[in-house]
Amino acid sequence: MSASAGQRGVPKDPIIFDNTQIEDDYLELSEELRCLVCQNQNLIDSNAELAGDLRREVAKMLKKGQTKEQVKDFMVDRYGDFVLYNPPFKIQTLLLWAGPFVLMFWALFAMLKKIKADKVENNADSSELSAEEKEKLQTILKNK
Amino acid sequence: MKKQFITPLIIFGLLVVLLVVGLMKAQYIRDVPSPLIGKPVPNFSLPTVGEPQQVFSSEELKGQISLVNIWASWCVSCRAEHEVLNYAAQKEGLKIYGINYKDELADARRWLKNRGNPYVKSAFDEDGLLGIDWGVYGVPETFVIDKKGNIRYKHTGPIYIQDLKNIIIPCIESLKSGQGEKCEK
Repeated sequence: MSASAGQRGVPKDPIIFDNTQIEDDYLELSEELRCLVCQNQNLIDSNAELAGDLRREVAKMLKKGQTKEQVKDFMVDRYGDFVLYNPPFKIQTLLLWAGPFVLMFWALFAMLKKIKADKVENNADSSELSAEEKEKLQTILKNK
Repeated sequence: MKKQFITPLIIFGLLVVLLVVGLMKAQYIRDVPSPLIGKPVPNFSLPTVGEPQQVFSSEELKGQISLVNIWASWCVSCRAEHEVLNYAAQKEGLKIYGINYKDELADARRWLKNRGNPYVKSAFDEDGLLGIDWGVYGVPETFVIDKKGNIRYKHTGPIYIQDLKNIIIPCIESLKSGQGEKCEK
C-alpha cells in the first residue's frame, strides 16, 4: 500500500490498488460511508465484518470503473441516507442543516437586544438629573 | 416571576420533552430505516443450505406472502428467535424462507438438524454479498414479502413471540385481506 493509505490506518485485509486516483476515491468513500454495525464509525475506522465486506465492495466497484456517485447510490439504495456521514439536504434533514444557523441567529439577536437594553439602562443611570428629579432635590434642600 | 427566569425555564422544559421522547423511542432509533420497504426483493439465485444442487431464487418469492429471515449459526440472538420461527412455521403456517448469512455449510446444517428447520429453503450466502443487497447490518433480520414479491416490512433483531403476534401476523393478515396495511411497530 502506498504512503497515503498508511497515514489513515490500514484496513486488516489489504485491498491493493495500482491506480492512485481509484485509491484516493476509495479512501474518500470509506471515510464518508458509515459502518452500519458500529454506528459511530466510518468504514475505514471499523473492524466489523460488515465494514470489511463493504470496503471490499467499494473497492470492487471503483476498480470496475464506477464513479463515486454510483457507489454512494448503491449504498443508499440498500442502507438509506443513514449510510452517508454527510446527509443530503431534504425536508427530513432540514432541522439538522438549518437548526444550528437558526440557533446562531437567535442567539445573535438576543445578544444585540440585551446590549441595547443595557445601554438604555446605563443612560438612565447617568449623572444628568431629569426635571422631575431636580424639582424633588430642590424641595429636599429647601426643607433642610 | 421575572421574565428573565421564564426564558431559560421554557428552554429547559423543551429540552426535557425532547430527551424524554428520545428515551422512550430509544429502542426504535437503533433501527436503521430501510429504503427497501415498498421495493421488489433483490434479484438473486443461490444454492441452498440443504442441497447445494438445489437453487433458491428471488422468483420463488412472487405469488405468495412470505417471510425472509436472515440467519447464521454464529448469531447468538438467532438462537432465541429460532423457536419462535419454528412455532410460526408449524402452528401459524407461515411460509418462511431463510438466507444463511456468512456461515459455514456444516455449521448451518448442524443448526437446522439440532434445532429444527422452519424454512421452506435457505439460500447459502457464504460471502455475505446477498446480505448487502438486502441491506443487512445485523443478524437476525426478517422481511415480510407480499404476493407481488415486494418488501413490505423489515424487522431488525430477533423476533420475540410478542413481535410475531403483535406485528408480523397482523401485517400478513392485512396484506392477505387487502384492507389497508398494518405493518408497523
